[in-house]
Amino acid sequence: MSKTVVPLHQVSIRFAGDSGDGMQLTGDRFTMDTAILGNDISTLPNFPAEIRAPQGTLLGVSSFQLHFADHHIQTPGDAPDVLVAMNPAALKANIKDLAKGATIIVDADEFVPRNLTKVGYETNPLEDGALDGYKVHPIALTSLTVATLSELNLSRKDAERSKNMFALGLLTWMYSRPTETTEKFLTGKFAKKPDLLEANLLAFKAGWNFGETTEEFSVSYQIAPAKMPAGKYRNISGNTALSYGLIAAAKQSGLKLFLGSYPITPASDILHELSKHKRFGVITFQAEDEIAAVGSALGAAYGGAIGVTSTSGPGLALKAEMIGLGVMLELPLIVIDVQRGGPSTGLPTKTEQADLLQAMYGRNGESPVVVIAPATPKDCFNMAIEAVRIATTYRVPVFILSDGYIANGSEPWRIPDETELPDLHVEFAHTEENFMPYSRDPKTLARPWAIPGTKGIEHRIGGVEKADQTGAISYDPTNHDFMVRTRAAKVAGVQVPDLTVDDVTGDAKVLLLGWGSTFGPIAAAVEALRENGQKVAQAHLKYINPFPKNLGDVLAKYDRVIVPEMNLGQLALLLRSEFLKDITGYNKVRGLPFSTTEIIEATMAVLSD
Amino acid sequence: MTDVTLTKRDFTSDQEVRWCPGCGDYSILSTVQSFLPTLGLPRENIVFISGIGCSSRFPYYLETFGIHSIHGRAPAIASGLAISRPDLTIFVITGDGDALSIGGNHLIHALRRNVNLKILLFNNRIYGLTKGQYSPTSESGKVTKSTPIGSLDTPFNPISLALGAEATFVARSIDTDRKHLTEMLQAAAAHKGSALIEIYQNCPIFNDDAFLAVKDGDTKGATLLQLIHGSPIKSETHGVIMESGSMKVVELSTVSERDLVVHNANNPDPSYAFALSRLSSSELDHVPVGIFRDVARAEYSSLVNQQIADVIAKDGAGNLASLLASGDTWVVN
Repeated sequence: MSKTVVPLHQVSIRFAGDSGDGMQLTGDRFTMDTAILGNDISTLPNFPAEIRAPQGTLLGVSSFQLHFADHHIQTPGDAPDVLVAMNPAALKANIKDLAKGATIIVDADEFVPRNLTKVGYETNPLEDGALDGYKVHPIALTSLTVATLSELNLSRKDAERSKNMFALGLLTWMYSRPTETTEKFLTGKFAKKPDLLEANLLAFKAGWNFGETTEEFSVSYQIAPAKMPAGKYRNISGNTALSYGLIAAAKQSGLKLFLGSYPITPASDILHELSKHKRFGVITFQAEDEIAAVGSALGAAYGGAIGVTSTSGPGLALKAEMIGLGVMLELPLIVIDVQRGGPSTGLPTKTEQADLLQAMYGRNGESPVVVIAPATPKDCFNMAIEAVRIATTYRVPVFILSDGYIANGSEPWRIPDETELPDLHVEFAHTEENFMPYSRDPKTLARPWAIPGTKGIEHRIGGVEKADQTGAISYDPTNHDFMVRTRAAKVAGVQVPDLTVDDVTGDAKVLLLGWGSTFGPIAAAVEALRENGQKVAQAHLKYINPFPKNLGDVLAKYDRVIVPEMNLGQLALLLRSEFLKDITGYNKVRGLPFSTTEIIEATMAVLSD
Repeated sequence: MTDVTLTKRDFTSDQEVRWCPGCGDYSILSTVQSFLPTLGLPRENIVFISGIGCSSRFPYYLETFGIHSIHGRAPAIASGLAISRPDLTIFVITGDGDALSIGGNHLIHALRRNVNLKILLFNNRIYGLTKGQYSPTSESGKVTKSTPIGSLDTPFNPISLALGAEATFVARSIDTDRKHLTEMLQAAAAHKGSALIEIYQNCPIFNDDAFLAVKDGDTKGATLLQLIHGSPIKSETHGVIMESGSMKVVELSTVSERDLVVHNANNPDPSYAFALSRLSSSELDHVPVGIFRDVARAEYSSLVNQQIADVIAKDGAGNLASLLASGDTWVVN
């Protein structure tokens, strides 16, 4: 039977199932197979904090959304076109996000009374008309998988575990994705478990063949490659990009990279990733707690390494005092905060941007630090390098504010050539007579980076206020006032690039100003608004302390400035106080990134105001 | 050992020492300043890292590299430095509040990892810098500003604690006994890995004569049980015997020298050193001084750096271009 192949411009697919169903792996694989075809992609993993919540319950639903297109895209998509639901819980948890007409593929075997009752379905939604208006494909994924593997010497439970590969095979057929990369991946993953390798490969192929032969599906789809700048590409997540950026910065500076970290969601993958790269001389130290993690990084920085600590909000709270010591010692220190929902333990696996004020002000005394924020997963690479540049040039703690969305989300990344990377060479203090540990470079106000092992410059530093120049303990009122102002002036004087504004017609009255991970949805909204003839400008802050020098002028140019943030208005607060500019906040703290639609609506409300 | 010839004076900084008159810290400082030249190390390769408290001012007075850090965190900072700079000799200066209360977590983990840190714990059994509250080593019932009718806490025995944390070198000395303290410092410096020396230190302002029993000429001979490797454990009047599987302090006149426990600091069984540590009570009836335990175990910084060297030897040094292009890639023309 020959089937129709329909070309599409873009598709958004959400894989959803129990947290033990392997949905993240399925999504990752589909992403890789799609990336290789040259589509632009954007992904959104969404999983519960519990490792294995009770099976089949709403609490345990884990999902992975992937948006891919034949053109440049900014977000994982608001409403998925396709939902793959491995059980009734996955259907129930995700159906509200679908538009009518969307395709739903479910594992029909799981829609039995016991499972339906568990999530509050009184009747079977596959039969009671609840899904009218959707294209529903009930497929016996479990029994088809088990039947496929019946020849193997596997328990039923083990056989059932391969059903995610059956589903992946089906979708791979449906969207004309290549099969070789997943086959290669499985071969690597199960190299030492030939039974499971065979099971997964068979299930994957069976899923593909099922699509090809069943009458359930009459068409498959094709999405042409997107136009992207020439180069070699790979898919990259924010946490991986941050890790690679740090390794690249270490190479460009000739310094040792030291990560002191304590496991915490959603930052742990940075520790995992850097731990793999001992070949680069990277030292990773899993400390006894968050304080020791940042303390060890500061100790390493004192010794001349790039000292980095990675954490999330609750961990950052614990590190505050040590970061204050970093401010006082004026040593380079990189603090990565992969933000999650707060306060307290909050929403460990969900995204939020509510640590901005903690990063800015969450220490005792006047304790200025540099704060920068990557805009997208791939931007994390560049911003890690920027953090190292600033920290080592100015001898100051630098915060990188990432968040759960870009940390786990991924997109295609044009792999930079090494010649594109900046020179980060630093000079340590040399042997000299009458060495002054708190003398300063007149241009940067940085003090010398005076590392142990350098003859003749032995000196003592500490958290007690220091005399200008000598660094000796000083309680002198005038000196304290001078030192407080000097530390502030140093951070204020950090050179950061000017803010670029995307204002195509040049006469927009409304500016959409974002920071951090909101870039994607804001850019997608701006694109859509312009297609509808609306005039809006967009700018995105990646440098928050200090702000770009032209920010005041940019703000002054627009009648209305809308700041969408996944908090209750933290950047807005900073902007108002710094520039006395009225800001229209658009704020949401649902643990999820903004949808394009809601930013369009918020902007339209201002435009028609 | 290098050919550097330095003197005590070379290790004395230009800072005015600001401890109270009569503070035990003065004699420890003087002993350390005299001891440092014997290491034969250049000054720039020595780092002193302290936390907060009276004792933590120590680094300011030494002409070496130094950090006066924040409360309790010196072992954490020092660990990061030691791991990334195994060429340095690092001392941690801390007190009973700094090391055992606010910084207890860092102390035990530095010890279990066996990071190459020489930790000098000045134990004065009181909070001095905050003006006289009880500390985690203060005896139960201690009357202080924060315990006007007596403390209810059971004190830590720092030696027992360190042994429980898998410490490979644990010793005890006394601020004013320069000769003994110097011997302990030398042994600690020679040890590869973490070394903890508890130093009984007098606070003349808030806890004067807390250690009178080990200092007073009339009592110290009887009180101090000398731990000397290969020698019977005894004071001038008492000795240590094994009885029904336990160590016990008895009058020398009641036993023969042959019955005394002969000290073996290298005993691999930590329960031996632990038993010794339990002979001292907070009433200071009997106080073992010397090296409780000195055993060999791989030092942490060298393990970390060896692991890196092994990976590089096996797989070659990392190549940035291939790292960035690792995994599935595709080319857009």
